[in-house]
Amino acid sequence: MANLSINIGALKCKNPVMTASGTFGYGLEYADFMDLSKIGGIFVKGTTITPREGNDYPRMAETPSGMLNAVGLQNKGVDYFINYIYPDIKDIDTNMMVNVSGSTIEDYVACAEKINALDNIPAIELNISCPNVKQGGMAFGTSPHGAAEIVKAVRKVYNKTLIVKLSPNVTDITEIARAVETAGADAVSLINTLLGMAIDVERRTPLLSTVTGGLSGPCVKPVALRMVYQTHKAVKIPIIGLGGITNWQDAVEFILAGATAIQIGTYNFIDPTISVKVVEGINEYLDRHKIQSVSELVGALG
Amino acid sequence: MKHIADWTVSENKRLSADFCLLKVRLNDELPEIVPGQFVQILVPNAPNTLLRRPISVHFVDYDTHELWLLVQLVGAGTKKLSELKVGEQLNIVFPLGNGFSLPSAPSSRGGGEAITPPLEAGGGGRLLLIGGGAGTAPLLYLGKQLKELGHQPLFLLGGRTVNHLLQLAEFEKYGEVHTTTEDGSHGEKGFVTNHTILQTFAISSQRGVMSTGTPAACSGDTPSTIAQIYVCGPKPMMQAVAKYAKQHTIPCEVSLENKMACGIGACLCCVEKTTYGNICVCTAGPVFNINQLTWQI
Ligand SMILES: Cc1cc2nc3c(=O)[nH]c(=O)nc-3n(C[C@H](O)[C@H](O)[C@H](O)COP(=O)(O)OP(=O)(O)OC[C@H]3O[C@@H](n4cnc5c(N)ncnc54)[C@H](O)[C@@H]3O)c2cc1C
Ligand SMILES: Cc1cc2nc3c(=O)[nH]c(=O)nc-3n(C[C@H](O)[C@H](O)[C@H](O)COP(=O)(O)O)c2cc1C
Ligand code: FES
Repeated sequence: MANLSINIGALKCKNPVMTASGTFGYGLEYADFMDLSKIGGIFVKGTTITPREGNDYPRMAETPSGMLNAVGLQNKGVDYFINYIYPDIKDIDTNMMVNVSGSTIEDYVACAEKINALDNIPAIELNISCPNVKQGGMAFGTSPHGAAEIVKAVRKVYNKTLIVKLSPNVTDITEIARAVETAGADAVSLINTLLGMAIDVERRTPLLSTVTGGLSGPCVKPVALRMVYQTHKAVKIPIIGLGGITNWQDAVEFILAGATAIQIGTYNFIDPTISVKVVEGINEYLDRHKIQSVSELVGALG
Repeated sequence: MKHIADWTVSENKRLSADFCLLKVRLNDELPEIVPGQFVQILVPNAPNTLLRRPISVHFVDYDTHELWLLVQLVGAGTKKLSELKVGEQLNIVFPLGNGFSLPSAPSSRGGGEAITPPLEAGGGGRLLLIGGGAGTAPLLYLGKQLKELGHQPLFLLGGRTVNHLLQLAEFEKYGEVHTTTEDGSHGEKGFVTNHTILQTFAISSQRGVMSTGTPAACSGDTPSTIAQIYVCGPKPMMQAVAKYAKQHTIPCEVSLENKMACGIGACLCCVEKTTYGNICVCTAGPVFNINQLTWQI
């Protein structure tokens, strides 16, 4: 049994496998299928300062080896989360982390400040990369200046592990990564979804109510992997890699490209037990290669 | 409690050009499954079908540990399901969603976060189960359970042609069956909402009588009012039936088929607008009371 534990800033994780925001509900949705304590962490649905109804149906379209979504951050707001959801999830024996989303700097700051007060939420993931809301975080996440502004402001009120989730919808993701590192982020996670589109030719209408939406799933993996690789060369803070992971081999690819930890998103829908299988697969891989600790593998490309 | 397991195909019968009846067997006792619930099927060896496919529970045979699925071939995934051979494995997440409310046993609902209050189908009226195309699937198991509870279900099944009317002999085991086809090849010609039994019931309900007489289309000395309508099928059909139900103040439950990704309430892709806001069809539904929906009918 290899040592699977890793650290992301001050955050200690029993293994590098986490589940991605918006694909794992609040964790409880999966409790019938797997032991949630077997994974390194869970990022809950994007949470905003006020409740959001999200976008109109249809919000989802399957595409070759992937899917488009335009959920639009539907959530009941941070106060509802604190009063009604947090009590049910706070004792789950893994890192329960909140994906903080918003439209203005004030929103992000207010939301982060409230989450900071919750003892059993050891980290937040700042979503400056949601492509599905009009003044969504992506407006901040696509310019180094905008990204740094948000991170600086949140850093002032948030004193636990601050992870910033980056958008792939940029020319050079390393610029943004460097900007948020300088602004005080403890880690970056990448990638969020790629902006995409699909059309129903018979009806001559877009398949999503919002016309465009976020692409995820196996089809985005090569792009995500390349971005993790580039970002690893550009920053010193740990990277959480995600985008299209479907098995332990994919996860090991991300770790070799420079990710300290990984997240699984869309594939949870296809196999609700995949995250546990990936933990087991990484462990067997390490044993087979006689590697003592998973952290030795980070960026260890030959 | 939701489960994930490999089932074995025990039968796969092509019912017509567009439909197949797929029976799968679990190597274990079945958990309680209620009418209206659905399952999420991982389509094997279909690289272009990434997501699981939601399919309604057509029938449950607890003795043989079998689940019946009535599948309409509309695309790559359902076509693949129709080609499965006996003995092949199928990975299924089950049972999902809430299910219909059963009049004399309103507490026997599924695990979903039900927002539909139990029906009060007193008054001895008939229970009308209306289905169109693949939407007839959940009504067989519902009809069986209603019959076991002492009701006399009345099925009204519609299809484009006789080839789109499925499992009629099975439905007949649990209640009286009426049909419509758009080309008149079986039953009355037209849509389900034009069927004479609805007209007959409409007249008696307008008069507000609990007639002891027998409406033309009904046999026996059964009551001539409708206590409750259950409907599943294409959206325009469900909306037409919902409109009828509303006009005649008959409680009505519809089963929605919104596009799904996870099927377990995790992704928020399958939402329907309700009087409670956007609600997940996969957990709070797929069955909704029409009063909870914001349909413009
Ligand atoms: C709760 C629920 C229960 C269902 N029960 C049954 C059932 O018992 N029997 C049955 O045959 N089908 C049922 N469906 C519909 C079934 O899930 C779809 O037809 C199937 O997913 C199509 O997969 P495919 O790969 O064959 O087609 P695709 O290639 O995915 O699509 C082919 C065509 O079908 C349409 N389509 C795809 N998904 C849906 C959907 N959810 N609703 C309506 N149209 C769709 C697409 O828009 C497209 O035009 C149910 C759906 C839901 C949500
Ligand atoms: C239905 C859906 C909802 C999502 N919601 C969020 C969200 O609220 N916040 C966020 O940061 N990312 C969200 N994402 C993006 C995922 O967390 C992840 O970054 C992306 O899907 C890529 O990973 P994958 O290919 O493994 O799915 C969502 C993705 C999907 C498919
Ligand atoms: S399909 Fe994912 S929430 Fe309903």
